[in-house]
Amino acid sequence: MIMAPDGFSPPTLAPLNLPVVNILSADKVFPNGTRGLAPIDLAIGRNEFVSLIGPSGCGKSTLLKLVANLYEPTDGRIVWWQGNFSRVGESGRRLAFVFQDATLMPWSRVEANVRLPLDLAGLPKTAAVPKVASALAQVGLTRYARHYPGQLSGGMRMRVSIARALVTEPDLLLMDEPFGALDEFTRNKLDDDLVRLSWERKLTTMFVTHSLYEAVFLSTRIVVMAANPGRIYAQMTVDEPAPRGDAFRNSDRFAALCRDLSRLLQAASLESAVADHDEGGR
Amino acid sequence: MRPLITNAWFNRIAAPVGVATFVLIAWQFFCRQRGIPVYLFPAPTDIALKLAAEWPSLLTALMSTLEVTFEAFFLAVLLGSLTAFLFVQSQAIAISLYPFAVLLQVTPIVAIAPLIIILVKNTQVALTICATVVAIFPIISNTTVGLAAVDPGLLAYFRMNKASRLQTLIRLRIPSALPYFLAGLKISSGLALIGAVVAEFVAGTGGRNAGLAYDILQSGLQLDIPRMFAALLLIAVTGVLLFTLMAGLSHLALGHWHESGMGNEK
Ligand SMILES: Nc1ncnc2c1ncn2[C@@H]1O[C@H](COP(=O)(O)OP(=O)(O)O)[C@@H](O)[C@H]1O
Ligand SMILES: [Mg+2]
Repeated sequence: MIMAPDGFSPPTLAPLNLPVVNILSADKVFPNGTRGLAPIDLAIGRNEFVSLIGPSGCGKSTLLKLVANLYEPTDGRIVWWQGNFSRVGESGRRLAFVFQDATLMPWSRVEANVRLPLDLAGLPKTAAVPKVASALAQVGLTRYARHYPGQLSGGMRMRVSIARALVTEPDLLLMDEPFGALDEFTRNKLDDDLVRLSWERKLTTMFVTHSLYEAVFLSTRIVVMAANPGRIYAQMTVDEPAPRGDAFRNSDRFAALCRDLSRLLQAASLESAVADHDEGGR
Repeated sequence: MRPLITNAWFNRIAAPVGVATFVLIAWQFFCRQRGIPVYLFPAPTDIALKLAAEWPSLLTALMSTLEVTFEAFFLAVLLGSLTAFLFVQSQAIAISLYPFAVLLQVTPIVAIAPLIIILVKNTQVALTICATVVAIFPIISNTTVGLAAVDPGLLAYFRMNKASRLQTLIRLRIPSALPYFLAGLKISSGLALIGAVVAEFVAGTGGRNAGLAYDILQSGLQLDIPRMFAALLLIAVTGVLLFTLMAGLSHLALGHWHESGMGNEK
């Protein structure tokens, strides 16, 4: 493995047989007393694409933020394949977070936006520029490197946001409803690209979505969550080999998987509603 | 190339120029027709002749006013932005100092100017202080709002990438504040001129003999009305030029992202 001259080393990958991150009975009670998440046990393995799906308020974003070290678990721990971090800001892992909004700097060109995490890490420009070019090529935006975000469509801006995540070669990519604000057509195109990138770049991803079709299409594993309190209700694996494309989308197997997931979701949502009712009665 | 008449920029210039031409001709015609004496109400040509004939002394007065204006503007920008930076650094500082900034803003400068002019020996310095007091508020308030109005998503992104305070300031807060700051500049530049002229009026009554305001005072006393108009014209033109300069600067600095960005939002 070659070390970059600046100390911004290539990612140190977890051994294939170990999870990248292991969530051990981590829960979250907010300072105002709201229980965002009941104790969660979840292990994310290398090259897995794990989708979180469930009724709103079931703690999907909270779980992602716990993993991203933006929140500290109230109890339990989050263990990475090497070591443990439970204090905010001390993650030794390289994480990339993609939000629902592209959150780009409108005053900077696309290339500067993608270079931002490298700039913040103090990587010299000469080393950063080729990485940026390659990330932009992967999301198909090479021609738009010198545009400003305001000149791009919503889908293109989201691509820039993804390129900005890829450029750091993250150990774990966290995406919170990244395509939720996009139209169906654009969303499908981005899903296609994400599936391809996951395969090419051997990404490990945790992905929050509201769309069960998207979850089935993208994921190697789907975590169905229920609310009140936020918890894991069921899990489902999708062992369709990569590369996935329209053939998979149009297959009977896809339809069957969607039907299964839909049933799970209905059950989870019922559970959440019951819990809701119970809480109201207290 | 589109025809000129549909060109927005051409129209924006042509229309007001047309209005001005019409007013000037009507004014000239009115004065000459009625035979109004020059010492009551001069025609545009009288003013123009005056301007040409007494250009050197008017220019000296203009330079004196401009000097105060620019010094005050510079100080307002410098001190105003520094104050704004202080304000966003700590809530406590902001809360304890903001009322005084407001106090400075709401007190009419004509009311404080005599005091400043008496207290400060050097008149030039006194004038600059007065004009700075007038010009500083928009810089403080706009820059403070701008520095605080950061996209929370971007702020979270910076935090997640462990950006230092300095990195966040330079790469996020300052660029976010730029449009607000530039809008402040536009207002402040005009106010610096107003402040300079008002201060000169106050100082002029105390015997300080320089600047366009003093010129207007003196011309009034001597019933040299064309010169009064000429000085007034110079002040107005200076104001317009300052505004245009700031608008141009703003366009230069923001044109590519703000306009394109906002165009897309609509
Ligand atoms: N900062 C917070 N303070 C208090 N309660 C919160 C906070 N963030 C989220 N919650 C609550 O925690 C629960 C889970 O929220 P969230 O993780 O955002 O759900 P999801 O992303 O699945 O829609 C919700 O009931 C929400 O109201
Ligand atoms: Mg959410």
